[in-house]
Amino acid sequence: MAEALRAYALIAGAWIRSTMAYRFSFVMMTVGNFLATALNFAAIAIIFGHTRLLGGFSLPETAFLYGTSGCALGLADLVLGSMDQLGRRVRDGTLDTLLVRPAPVFAQAAADRFALRRLGRITQSALVLIWALAALKVVWTPADVLLVPVMLLSGAAIFGAIFVIGAAFQFWATDAAEVQNSFTYGGNGLTQYPPTIFAKDLLRGATFVVPLAFINWLPALHILGRPDPLGLPGWLDFCSPLVAVVACGVAGLAWRAGLKSYRSTGS
Amino acid sequence: MEALIRLERVEKVFQVRRKAGRLRSVRSEVRAVDGISFDIARGEMVGYIGPNGAGKSTTIKMLTGILVPSGGRLRVAGIDPARERTRLARRIGVVFGQRTTLWWDLPLRDSYELVRRMYRIPDDRYARNLARCVELLDLGALLDAPVRQLSLGQRMRGDIAAALLHDPEVLYLDEPTIGLDVVSKAKVRGFLRDLNTERGTTVLLTTHDLTDIEQLCTRVMVIDHGRLVHDGDLGGLHAVGDSERTLVVDFERELPPVRIAGARPVKVEGPRQWLAFPASASAAPLVAELTARYPLVDLSVREPVIEDVIARMYADRAAL
Amino acid sequence: MRVYGAVALRGFRRFATYRVATLAGVFTNTIFGFILAYTFIALWTVRPHLGGYDLPHAVTYVWLGQAMLATTAIMGGGVEADLIERIRTGDVAIDLYRPADLQLWWLAADLGRAGFQLLGRGVLPMVVGALVFPLAWPEQPLTWAYFFASIALGAVVSYAIRYLVALAAFWLLDGSGLTLLAALSAVFFSGMLLPLPVFPGWLGALARTLPWSSLLQVPADIFLGSRSGGAVMTGLAFQAGWALALLGAGQLLQAVATRKVVVQGG
Repeated sequence: MAEALRAYALIAGAWIRSTMAYRFSFVMMTVGNFLATALNFAAIAIIFGHTRLLGGFSLPETAFLYGTSGCALGLADLVLGSMDQLGRRVRDGTLDTLLVRPAPVFAQAAADRFALRRLGRITQSALVLIWALAALKVVWTPADVLLVPVMLLSGAAIFGAIFVIGAAFQFWATDAAEVQNSFTYGGNGLTQYPPTIFAKDLLRGATFVVPLAFINWLPALHILGRPDPLGLPGWLDFCSPLVAVVACGVAGLAWRAGLKSYRSTGS
Repeated sequence: MEALIRLERVEKVFQVRRKAGRLRSVRSEVRAVDGISFDIARGEMVGYIGPNGAGKSTTIKMLTGILVPSGGRLRVAGIDPARERTRLARRIGVVFGQRTTLWWDLPLRDSYELVRRMYRIPDDRYARNLARCVELLDLGALLDAPVRQLSLGQRMRGDIAAALLHDPEVLYLDEPTIGLDVVSKAKVRGFLRDLNTERGTTVLLTTHDLTDIEQLCTRVMVIDHGRLVHDGDLGGLHAVGDSERTLVVDFERELPPVRIAGARPVKVEGPRQWLAFPASASAAPLVAELTARYPLVDLSVREPVIEDVIARMYADRAAL
Repeated sequence: MRVYGAVALRGFRRFATYRVATLAGVFTNTIFGFILAYTFIALWTVRPHLGGYDLPHAVTYVWLGQAMLATTAIMGGGVEADLIERIRTGDVAIDLYRPADLQLWWLAADLGRAGFQLLGRGVLPMVVGALVFPLAWPEQPLTWAYFFASIALGAVVSYAIRYLVALAAFWLLDGSGLTLLAALSAVFFSGMLLPLPVFPGWLGALARTLPWSSLLQVPADIFLGSRSGGAVMTGLAFQAGWALALLGAGQLLQAVATRKVVVQGG
C-alpha cells in the first residue's frame, strides 16, 4: 500500500511538473474544465428561470445536490480519472510496460497522465456548493454539519470505485470505455437533480444496484429535512461511508480479477 | 556454469474463441509455448528467433512476469517471475521494440528521473549510469525533448538507456532494431555488444533481422509453433541453412524454370520466377545474364528472412 | 465524385468495426436519455407548453438529442482527431498531393461515419425511449424526408466547424484547449442540454442564429412539427447557408495552411 502511494505520488508529481512547463495550455484546459461543468449549471439555472420548484426542490436545494455530487465526482476524477484509458492500454500493449516496473500496476495506471486541470470541475462545483450552503434555509445540527464532509468523501470513494470497476471491465471489453461514463458522468447527471423527479424503479436501481443514492441523495435528504421518495429507513442516510467501503472492496476484487485474467490470457 | 535463467517444460496455452457461423463460436486451445526447456548462463548473449506467432513474445512475457505460465517451471535469478513480479522487476531490464516503456508526454530526462526514484537507484550510481548511456547512445541533445517528439531510432536508444539505469542482471530486448535506419541499428548493436562484454549483462533478444544475430549472438535458439527447434551456435544454424537471397523476376511471358549459373530456381508462378543465390554473392552478374538471355519486365532482390532459414532447416532435415 | 463515395463508404465501414464501442455508446446514450427525460418531464409538468412544446414533444426532443449526439458529432469524436494527428505528424503533406480536395476528402469520410452512427447509435436509444415514454412521431412521410435532409445538413455544418478547429493544428502546438471549447459550444448552443426556445431572451435569440443550432434544434423541430410548411424550408436554408459559409471559410484557411506547408515543408 505504501509502495503504491509512493509510486502514485512519483508519477503524478512528474506529470504536474510537465504540465506546468506549458502553463498557457494548462490554464486553457482548466478554464475549459470549469466551463464544461458550469454549462450544466447554466442549464439548471435556466430551468429555475421557468419554475420556482423542480420536483418540489428549490434552486438552492438543487444547487446543494449539484455541488455535492460535482465535488465528489471531481475528486474521484482527479485521482482516478486516467483509469478509463485501461482498454486502450490493453489494446496497444502498453499495459505490459507497466507490468515490468517494480510498482503496483494499479498505482501506475491511475497516476498516468495525472491532470491537474480537473481541478476546474472541482472548483466550479465547490463554488456552487458554497453558494447553496449560504442560501439554504436549514437549521444546522452538529450531525448535519459533520454529514457534509462525510458525504463528499464517501461520494468520491463511491465514484472512485465505479471508475475502477469500469476500468476492470475493460480488461475484457477493451472498447467499452464509454460504459463507465454512463455511471460516472451519468451518475453525476442523475444525482445533481432532486430524486423526486425520477421514476421509482430508476431510484431503486440507483440505490441497490449502483449505490449512487448514497453519494449525496440520502444524506442530503436528511440535511434538507425531506422524506425519501422510496420511504427507506432513516438510518440509511448515515450509511454512505459503509457503502463506500463495500464499493471499494468490490472494486478491488474486480481489478484483481481483471488483472489476473489479463496475465493468464495476455489480451 | 550457473544458470541465470532456467526453463523446464514451460507451457502457455490460450483459450481462443473462433467464430463458426453467425452466432456460434467454437472454443479451441492454442499452445503458444509448448513445453520449452533451456538454460541461459550469466553473461550469455542469446538470440531468440522464429516466425511471427511462433511464441517468442509469449516466452519473453513469461520471463518478465507479465504472463503466468500454464505449466512447467521457470526461474530468473532464482525468482519465479509470475509470483514475484515486482521483486524481479528490480533485477531485469526490458525493451519492447514496438512500444515504449517511457512516459510518452514527458521529457526524456523526467522519464529517467522517474525511473531513478521508482527503482530507488542510489544517486552516484544513477549519475554514472546515465552519463555512460548518454555518451554511448548519443542522447545528450535529446534529454529535454518529450518522448513523443523523438524519432523511432532516438526513442529506441532512449528506451535502452531507461532499461539499464538500475544495472539489471538480465536485459530482454523484443525486436530492438525493428524499423530503425542503418545508422541507428549499428549504434544499438555496438552498444549492446559493449554492454555484454564489459559489464557482463546477460542479454536475450528476439529479432527478425538475421544481421542482429550474426553480429551479436554466440548462441541462437529457434522457436517454431511453440517448440524449440534449434539451440546452439550460429554456425550450426548456418549449417542447416546457409543464408540465401532471392531474385524475384517477372518475365514477359510464362517460361520454363530458367537455369543460370550461380542461382537455383525455387518457385515458378506464371511469368514470375524466384531464383535463390548465396547471400555473399553479388546479384549483378545474375541480373546481367538474365537480361541478356530472357525478355524481362521487372525484377527485385529479397533479403534472407528468418522464415526462409527455418523453412530450409526443415527441408534439409527432411532430406536427411 | 466516385472517389468521395469510396471514401465515405470506407468511413462508414471503419466505424462499423467498432462494435463494442458502438454498443457501449448506445448504452450511455440510453442512460443519459432517461436522466434527461425525467428532468424534462418534471419541468414540463409544472410548465406545460414551455417553449412551444407540450410534454410528449419535450420527451421526444430528449431522445432525438441522444440519437443525434454521435451522428452530428456534437461532443466531437468524428474524423477530426485523425486529421489533427496527420497535421501534427506532417503526414498531411501526402494528403495535399492527392488529386482530391483535402476538405472534401475528409468531409466524405466524416459523412460516412455520420451515416453509420445514425444507424448504429441513433436507432436503439430511440427505440428504448419509445418503449418507455409516449413519443411524438411525424404524421407525414414527407416530414421524415425533410428530417433526414436536415440531419445531413447538420452533419455538414458540424464537420465544417470541426474542420476549421482541426486546421488550427497547423499553427497551434497544442490545440486541445480549442477542441474542448468547440465541443462545449456545440453541446450548449446545439440545444443538447435544453431546447433553445427555453433559453431566456437574448441568449435564446443568439443561440438560434449560431451555426450549432443546425446540429440538433433545427432537425428536431422539423421532426416534431414545430417547423412546418415554409418554416421547414427556412430551416433547411439556414443550415445550408451556414454549411456553405463555414466550408468556404475552411477553404480559405486551407489555402493559407497549404501555402505554409509548401513554403516551410510542414
